[in-house]
Amino acid sequence: MNKPNAAGMTRRQAFEARQRLRSAVIAATSTVVVASAIIWAVPRAPGWEKVQASFFNAEVFARSFPKLLDAFLINIMIFAWCAPAIAILGLLIALARDVRAPALYPLRILGAAYTDIFRGVPVILTVYLIGFGIPGLGLPRPWNSPYIWGSLALILTYAAYVAEIFRSGIDSVHESQRAAARSLGLSERQVMRDVVLPQAIRRVVPSQMNMLIALQKDVSLLSFIGPVEIFRQAGVFKSLLANFTPYVGAALIFLAVTIPATRYADYLMAKQARERS
Amino acid sequence: MRFAYSENECQCDQHWLDSAANSSILGLNATHGEFLRMKLLTTAAMALAISATTALAGGHLCYEGKTLTEGKLTVATGNPAYYPWVHNDAPESGEGFEAAVAYAVAEEMGLTSENVVWVRTSFDEAIQPGAKNFDVNMQQYSITEDREKVVDFSAPYYSAPMAVMVAPGVTTEATMASLKELKWGAVGTTTAVPKLMNDIQPSSDPLLYGDTADVTAAMQAGQIDAALFDLPTALFLSAVMVEGASVVGQFPADEAENPDHFGMLMEEGNALKECVDAALASLSASGALGEIEAKWLQDATGVPLIK
Repeated sequence: MNKPNAAGMTRRQAFEARQRLRSAVIAATSTVVVASAIIWAVPRAPGWEKVQASFFNAEVFARSFPKLLDAFLINIMIFAWCAPAIAILGLLIALARDVRAPALYPLRILGAAYTDIFRGVPVILTVYLIGFGIPGLGLPRPWNSPYIWGSLALILTYAAYVAEIFRSGIDSVHESQRAAARSLGLSERQVMRDVVLPQAIRRVVPSQMNMLIALQKDVSLLSFIGPVEIFRQAGVFKSLLANFTPYVGAALIFLAVTIPATRYADYLMAKQARERS
Repeated sequence: MRFAYSENECQCDQHWLDSAANSSILGLNATHGEFLRMKLLTTAAMALAISATTALAGGHLCYEGKTLTEGKLTVATGNPAYYPWVHNDAPESGEGFEAAVAYAVAEEMGLTSENVVWVRTSFDEAIQPGAKNFDVNMQQYSITEDREKVVDFSAPYYSAPMAVMVAPGVTTEATMASLKELKWGAVGTTTAVPKLMNDIQPSSDPLLYGDTADVTAAMQAGQIDAALFDLPTALFLSAVMVEGASVVGQFPADEAENPDHFGMLMEEGNALKECVDAALASLSASGALGEIEAKWLQDATGVPLIK
């Protein structure tokens, strides 16, 4: 190996190859040591049998899992109508915070107040206040449905975060581009629509993916005001069977969705970093 | 004195599996009448076998060495604890049905009321694996076969039929056919859920909540027409919490789907169980339990049966 160019490798390349091999061996050994320590130690903890019976009970899992999958369809349904509404409202708020005409200054204040309030209040409080409060004003059925008002609470909260991300995207487009577009004769509106937004939106796609993942989990908060989605369904089983395994089942279903989504967001981010460098 | 109690208590496993197979929306079934009848019979038999001095057996008190803190009985209730089970969220006063039962049981076991210590737990804390911070937990826990696998229950201290509370302005007859058409709500952590799914089988999906307060909020918001509670809770809520609500009916107690039997929840294998059971049996035999019930729970004779 030390002979230069013997395998078409310089001494430098050979050195690096050895370094890589060495890191790989160390990484593999440490992973195996840690994993086997966990696998060895956890079942020897004095309460393991009880924990296993309470959280990892195969019989309870089999009884509850199909119903949990059914209930998850409700989560998907709520997610499906919230996500587009959040994107639209978030973008509108971001645009409101970016208006430059002096006459429209109140719009900027409103936009800022909106994001401050809805980012500052815990989602669950918003869900309670809007989910029970507005229907309490005396709306007739079906307009007082917890699905409608609970969804609205999620939309309002998430739109505040999403608006901030859009705004950071808009700010990231250099001022000189706007000036250049203006000097070509484009109106303020055309500049935003045809020059700024296409770049801004593309840049924030990975961050918005993370918001989608968070939203997907927070849909479960609607269970507090009535809808029997996966978290509530798991809670029903937990109470009847006095066993926490249904929660583990629900967690697995969430992971099955969020892990691929997270990996995809990572991929998009890496791709973007490559393109920019 | 030892009671061969757990050995007799269930030959109904097979029955349970069968009913679970032809199951409901929940994949569960509340039919555990046989199991509980057997339990009641055993308790009654025990009561006969025990003299008035239950607490004393062979010269020492039954609870000795079996409680969390020596010489004290630690009783858990909810946070908050609800009427009519505990009044004013203050179990130490002994006011309210469960608070009164706790003190009566302690006294029957030979403990003075100063030696009853109260703690608060959620349902989840009560069933989580590991050491408990209470000797007994009283929060209207219905005794079910599935729960018995994880925790122990005392003999029942109360049998509550399920009752239907309807929102102000909702008119319905106390028949299954007309109840089906209502928009239902219930507390998701109670045995009201299987009762609703298996027996009433509402035509639209019910809404489930985390606790009683949320159910009443939903009823006030007009999101649900009716809710299923145990009878004393339903009577209290309709009289005090939701203006204009009413209890339209209760389920007959002799149905195959038994009324809920409330038991004190204990850690699985708790040695104190025999002492608590003996105390409850003697309170029940002497009529003291019935007196506590009459004192703290509203008379429910006016509530019609659901057909």
